[in-house]
Formats: sequence, C-alpha cells, structure tokens
Amino acid sequence: MAETATQVAVEAADAESGRPGPGNVGDRVFNATLWALGIMVLVVAGLIVLNLALVARPLAKEHSLWGFITSSEWNPIEEHYGALPFLYGTLVTSALSIVLAVPIAIGLALFITQFAPPKLGRVLTIPVELLAAIPSVVYGLWGLFVVVPWLRESIEPWLGKHLGFLPLFQGPPIGLGYLASGVILAVMILPTIVSVSVEVMKTTPEANREAALALGATKWEAVMLAVIPYSRAGILGAVLLGLGRALGETMAVTMVIGNAPQISASLFAAGYSLPAVIANEFAEAVSNVHIGALAGLGLILFATTFLLNAGARILVTAVQKGPSRIAG
Amino acid sequence: MKKLLMGIAMLLGTAASAEGLLINGAGATFPAPLYQKWFSEYNKINPNLKFNYQAIGSGGGIKQFSEGTVDFGATDAPMKDDQIAKVPDVVHIPTVLGAVVVAYNAPGMKNLRFSGETLANIFVGKITKWNDPAIIADNPGVKMPDQSITIARRSDGSGTNAIFTDYLAKISPEFKSKVGSGTSVNWPVGLGGKGNDGVTGLIKSTPGSIGYVELAYALQQKLAVAELKNKEGNWVRPSIESTSAAAAGVEMPADYRVSITNASGKDAWPISGFTWLLVHKDMKDKAKGTAIVNFLRWGLTEGEKMAAPLDYAPLPDVVRERVLKTVDTLTVNGQKVSEK
Amino acid sequence: MNFHSSFRYRKFVDRGMAAVCAIFFALAFVPLTSVLWLVISKGGAGLSWDFFTQLPKPVGEAGGGIGNALVGTLYMVGLACVLGLPLGVGAGIYLAEKGDGTLGNTVRFVAEVLSGVPSIVIGIVAYALVVIPMGHFSALAGGVALAILMIPTVAITTEELVRLVPGALREASLALGVPNWKTSLRVVIRTAMSGIVTACLLAVARAAGETAPLIFTALNNQYWNVDPRAPTASLTVAIYNYAISPYDDWHAKAWTASLVLLIVVGLLNIASRVLTRNRLKGAR
Repeated sequence: MAETATQVAVEAADAESGRPGPGNVGDRVFNATLWALGIMVLVVAGLIVLNLALVARPLAKEHSLWGFITSSEWNPIEEHYGALPFLYGTLVTSALSIVLAVPIAIGLALFITQFAPPKLGRVLTIPVELLAAIPSVVYGLWGLFVVVPWLRESIEPWLGKHLGFLPLFQGPPIGLGYLASGVILAVMILPTIVSVSVEVMKTTPEANREAALALGATKWEAVMLAVIPYSRAGILGAVLLGLGRALGETMAVTMVIGNAPQISASLFAAGYSLPAVIANEFAEAVSNVHIGALAGLGLILFATTFLLNAGARILVTAVQKGPSRIAG
Repeated sequence: MKKLLMGIAMLLGTAASAEGLLINGAGATFPAPLYQKWFSEYNKINPNLKFNYQAIGSGGGIKQFSEGTVDFGATDAPMKDDQIAKVPDVVHIPTVLGAVVVAYNAPGMKNLRFSGETLANIFVGKITKWNDPAIIADNPGVKMPDQSITIARRSDGSGTNAIFTDYLAKISPEFKSKVGSGTSVNWPVGLGGKGNDGVTGLIKSTPGSIGYVELAYALQQKLAVAELKNKEGNWVRPSIESTSAAAAGVEMPADYRVSITNASGKDAWPISGFTWLLVHKDMKDKAKGTAIVNFLRWGLTEGEKMAAPLDYAPLPDVVRERVLKTVDTLTVNGQKVSEK
Repeated sequence: MNFHSSFRYRKFVDRGMAAVCAIFFALAFVPLTSVLWLVISKGGAGLSWDFFTQLPKPVGEAGGGIGNALVGTLYMVGLACVLGLPLGVGAGIYLAEKGDGTLGNTVRFVAEVLSGVPSIVIGIVAYALVVIPMGHFSALAGGVALAILMIPTVAITTEELVRLVPGALREASLALGVPNWKTSLRVVIRTAMSGIVTACLLAVARAAGETAPLIFTALNNQYWNVDPRAPTASLTVAIYNYAISPYDDWHAKAWTASLVLLIVVGLLNIASRVLTRNRLKGAR
C-alpha cells in the first residue's frame, strides 16, 4: 500500500497542480463534483414527490383528501374514487404478516446471536440472506401454487371449524385473500427483521451480558436482562422496517389477494391492497382522474413508507450510537 | 428533459431496429388467442413485419390507442362517444364474433342451466348458495350442494365485462342500477381476475366458483359451461353456431359499433359480441400504416378461416364484405394503400 | 425461595426458550426449502437450450422459450447500471468524503428512506418521467425505473465501504504530498473498489428481480428487442404472466423461468460474496 501511495505521490510531485490543499484546481473540481452527486440524491427524491403530486392533481379537483381516504367506493365509471378498501387491505395483510413474522424473527435472531455457537451463527445467516434474495414474483408463484391450495384445503377449513365463532375466520375457504397474503408477506419480511435485529443485538456491549452471566444468570436470563433492554428500540426499528416492506410489497400480494375492492372482517375473504390495485389498473386507466386516483394511492404509500422508514432509522441509529441513548 | 431522454435513446439505439418493423398493439384478451395465431401466421408470410400484441384488456387497449402509445388497439367494447372525442379519427374494424359464457366449478354438475333473472341475482350478490331455490328451480332433478357461491369476475377494464354486464343490465333493472354496465363496473362481490385468463384460472382452481369468460378460454380449459335462456325463451348452449345466429340479421351501423346481446333468433346465444380492432383513418407512419392495412385485408380473408378451429365465429359474409370496403378507405398520409 | 427462583425452573426456562428459538429457526427453513425445492424440481424439467434461445409461442403451441425475456432483463438492467450506478457510487463517495455536515446528514437520511420506497411507486414516477413525454412504453422507461431503485442502495453501501478504508492510508498519502482529490480517487477509492463493485452487484441482483415497475413502463414484447425506444419483455414480467394464466404448460414455464431468474440472482450474490471474502483476507 505504501508503494502505491509513494508512486502516486511521485506522480503528483511531477504534476502541474501538485500542492495539496483547497487552493488547487483539482480539489475544487473534485469537491464540486462530489457535492453535485450528493445533491442528486435529493433531486431524485424531489422528482419522485413532484411527479406523484403532478400526476395526482386531477384527482384533487374532484375529491377532498378526507373524502378520498374515507370513501370505500372505487367506481371508475362514475369517477368516484375512495381509498378505504385498499388502505384496509394493506393494513390487514401487513398487520397479519407482522404478527406472524415478528416472534419467529426475534427467536431466530436470538438463536443466531445468543444460543448458537458463534461460528455456527455466521453460517446460519446464510438461509436468511437466501430468503431475502428471492424475488417477489417467485414468492407470488410459490404462494399461488403452494400456499393458496394449502390454506384452502387444510388450514382455512380447520380454522373455520374450530374458531369459526370469530368473525375473523368466517366465510367460504377459497384460499385466496387476506390470510394468504399475510402468510406470504410474513415469509418475505422475515429476513429484513432478522438481519436488522441481529445487527442490533450484536452491538450489545459484551460486558453487560457477561456481567449478568457472572452473577449466575442462565443464558436466557442474560438475554432478558442485558440484550433485550438494550436492543429494544433497535428491534422496534427492525419491525418498522419489516412493516414498511410489507406495506409496499406488490407482486406476491397481487397474485394471491383476490383483487376485490371490498372491506371484509374475515381473513378468508378476498381483498385488495394499495400496490396491487396500482399494478392492475395503471396500464389501462383511461381518464386523468382515474390515473390521478392511482397516483394518489401511490402518494399515500410513499408517505407511509417514508415515515415508517424514517422512524425505523432513527430508532436503529439511536441504539447503535451508544449506551447513553438506551431507554432503561 | 424530453430532449435529454431522446438523446440517450438515440445514442443507445443505433443498431436497434435494423431487423424488420415492429408494430405495437394492445387490448382485449377476448380475441387474444386468435390474434396471437394471426400475428404468428402473418409473421411467417412476412418475416420482417412483427406485430407485438399485448393482451391487457379492452380498457387498456382503448387507453393506449387514444394516447398514441400503441399503433393499433383491440376492444370488445366499442368506444363511447366521449372516448371517441379524444381520437376522432378512430375506425372500428370488426374482426370476429365471440361468445361470453358462464363457466363454473361445481364438481359433478354438468350442464347446469340458469335463467336470466337467476344469473343476474347471482352476480348482484343476492343468491349466495348453490342450493338456492332459484337455481334448483332452473335445474329440476339436479341435487345441488349446500356450498357458497364464489364469483370470479374481471378486475381490469374489460370488453368481456362490458358484453356480460350489458346483457345482465338488459335482463335485470336491479342489476342495471346496482352494478351498471361497461368495461369497469362496481362489482359488489367476487374475486377479481386479470384478463380472461385470470378469471379462467380463478374458476379452474376455486371449487364452488362461477364466472364469465370468452368461449375459447372455457373450451380450452375444459370448464363446465352453463346453458342460458335466450330472448325467445329457448335454452341454448354456447357455440360458434349460436353465436353466429345472434349476429344474423344484425343492423350494422356505419361505424360498426353495435351490441348484439340478448339478440332475437331462436338459436341465438344471448351473450354474444363482436370484437374490433381500432386503427386511425389516416395513418402517419408510412411503413406501419401500410403494414396494418395489408394485415387487415389478410385477416378479413385468410384470417377468418382460422377463427372456427379456435372457437371464434367468423363475421357474417355480408358484414365482412362491408368491412373490407372500409379497410380500402383507410389511408396513409392521405394516400390509399394498394393491395400487396 | 419460591418456585420461580428455583434453579430447576430457571434452567427449564433457559433450555425451553433455546429450544423455541431453534424451532423458530427450523420454521424459517420451511418456506425457503419449499420455494427452492419447487423451483428446482418443477422448473428443472423445462430447462433446455430452446428455452433460453427461443421466442414465446402463442397459446396452445408447444415449445417456445424466454430468450427475449432474458435478453430484455439483461438489457434493461444494463441500462439501469449505466444510468444509476455512476450517480449512486458518486453519491456514496460524497457521503464518505464530505458527508459529515448537515447537508451530508440530510442526503444520507434521504437515501436511506428512499431505499424503502415501494418499487411500484417508482414505476409511476418513471411512467410520468419517460413514458408520457416519449408517448409510448419503452425499455428506456424500464431502465430509468430500475436506475432510480438502485441509486439509494448503492449510495449507502458505497459510503459504508469507503469509510472502512483505514484512515492511516489516507493520511500516509496526504503526508507524502498528494493532493486531497488524488488521495481520494487513487488511494481510498481504489482500495474500496472491490467493495463498491460488491455494492453494485447486489443492486443489480435486486433490479433483476423487480417486476412491478416494469409492468407499465416497459410493458412486454413477443420479439427480440434491444431498442431502448420500444417495449421489452423481461424475465420477471414473463414469470408473472405465465403464473396468472390458466394454462398448465405456461405454469410449467413460470417455474422454469423462475429457476433461470434465481440462477441469475444467485450468481450475482455469490460473485459479490466472493469479492468481499477476498477483501477481508487483506487484499492489495
């Protein structure tokens, strides 16, 4: 390495603008270029918001924001657009996926960081990374041909028979619907939650853990006393990131949710989600108001994931920055 | 921004379109199996002409054509007046006839029958079980299971949807007011499938489901198909013959926009429809326009022969002659296109 | 001493929770094994030279392949790399070199948040930016959508990796009289290069697997296409169309195409891992 630097230094000494420091042209050009490239990120973000707002404008002429969010009628013929069925579907499927994924993800993260021998822990992250690398459309394919029939033939009839008094599990078992989407989403967000949780748990100062163990705690108690309180905020951040991913997931959900813009209490029912309706209708929305409505849904998605991701990042960075920032 | 993009595109697309001419079209899934066969066969005769047809639904076809993002469109729902106002030089070219059939997945039950009112009540959500008295009344002697009906309908803008709802709206005032008719309607119930293939897939995989698809799809996927009562009161099975019967004696308006649902005729299938290709009266791109006009001529002569084997009904002769004359009036930059 | 503080109970809980965590780990294995097993077994049957090189055939005709879809994906991802990687890497270098002030923190924050934006929303933006002014669907629009997706993730990973270069290297270079900008370019970034390539490879793997933003930007195409102004097929959209069709032979094609896609994505991921391993071994 020194050799390389020396070579470079020799060249520099021979070059025209040889002197280091902000005075020389090379530095100024370089800094300016870097600065411009950094700004480009902000420009891209601005472009995204601007274009969404522009495309959504025709919607604002006919609908108030409150009306758009609370109406459950999606009628392209009469040009009444309400986002409620899609908001509901997105929320239900995402909530279900969180309920299913979080316990498993935390258990997995704990297993990798606490209970497995460290060398094994590194290897164990490989299946998690594999899960993360599988594209959404392949999950959708798998969901359509494996999860949906399984739910339709085994799980939903069982749930309906034993827990059918709950409105959650009523109605005919068609396989497609909120439950299928929730299950597939859970598998898809699992790697996100696990990898961030593992990162966060690894930053627990070893001293805390060892102190607990030295005082006679079992491994599990050390986890409860030292690791969890320290990483609580970070784990919450991981969950928020997973939630953000679940909200925006398009293809897998579109393929199994049933495409029905209705609101139903039952998990067995078909529904719709924000990304799914955009994927299905955008290529053929004719009127500007229809396109505007879809872009409006896109804006809602953007705003929600933006806030979630921002919150998550704040939480995760707070944990990683140091012990002075932990709560409790 | 636009110039920058065009600049990048030019730079990158140097050797691009050297091989042959690409003509883009989009629209209905209703005739898609036939059109795909047509484009594939025509490409064998003219290897340098590539017709790229994307079956995204009639709604999509109308939109893409109106915006000029494709060179031709395809739809089973003729454009409405306000849609034509955006593209005043559109010409509807009818190509074939198809039948929208009621397909269902009720194992063991073949040849079910539905009267018009029963059908409307199922699709408006009033009849929810297979052993509903109305269905039993239509099918005396058949043992109906106590199973919920799951409806499969279109989630995208669809001409098939337009034809089907047009029929139900004619039959049932309640359906007309609650759901309406058109390429996209406010379905109160049902699973949404994308394209005719999407709905076919839903019916095929969901026991207890019922939906509406084009005849070719139902036959190809061996779905059980229902008999319906036509305007004359006869029970009819959907077929090429009953579809053609619905078009016999139709009064074709000058612009070919017509609905033949609930047609009179003792053997007529009540949910039949024409399907159209949308082209401009005067096309600006010489190569593409010439290719399109010559293709239309081929389709309306040679192509029609391929319709029946794929379960579509060819145009009645008298209509076909008229359409060929219309194709002859299409121009490219003001010039008529001579026969190849 | 109550029951809960007895050692036996505590040990039981300890063993029990460890077992629960192990079970959860096994549970996570189930979907992974299921997906991989099905893709390989169902998809493997359809792999053939024809599949890779032929155009799709109309419904009902046997044979045909995804040749144009594979080329389309490679082409659009290539376009996205040309458009997005320089911006992403450049922004990452900016954050590593100059990113400690308010502006740097803002850019970093925005980049991190942007990386979580759903890809379908990016598709709408690309539609507005490219499809509408051009007047039709195009591979360029698809490439732009993928590029926008790649920029934030590449920027973040690049920053991380450039920051990992030991400060001593930079200081040695400066001490020898090399101007700041040359130090950054020739010493720091060069050292981080394999890491930057890793970041790019991972972004490419993600872009290759995207479907939603391509549906209404690049649309689809039955034929071969390398013209950025024309619509283009892609592997992911092909899988989607085959999967939702009612035809059994198309379903089989969906599995095979998924296998091809997983191989492409897998190779990219392995390549990035190999590069990182070489780095960690103390390369250069």
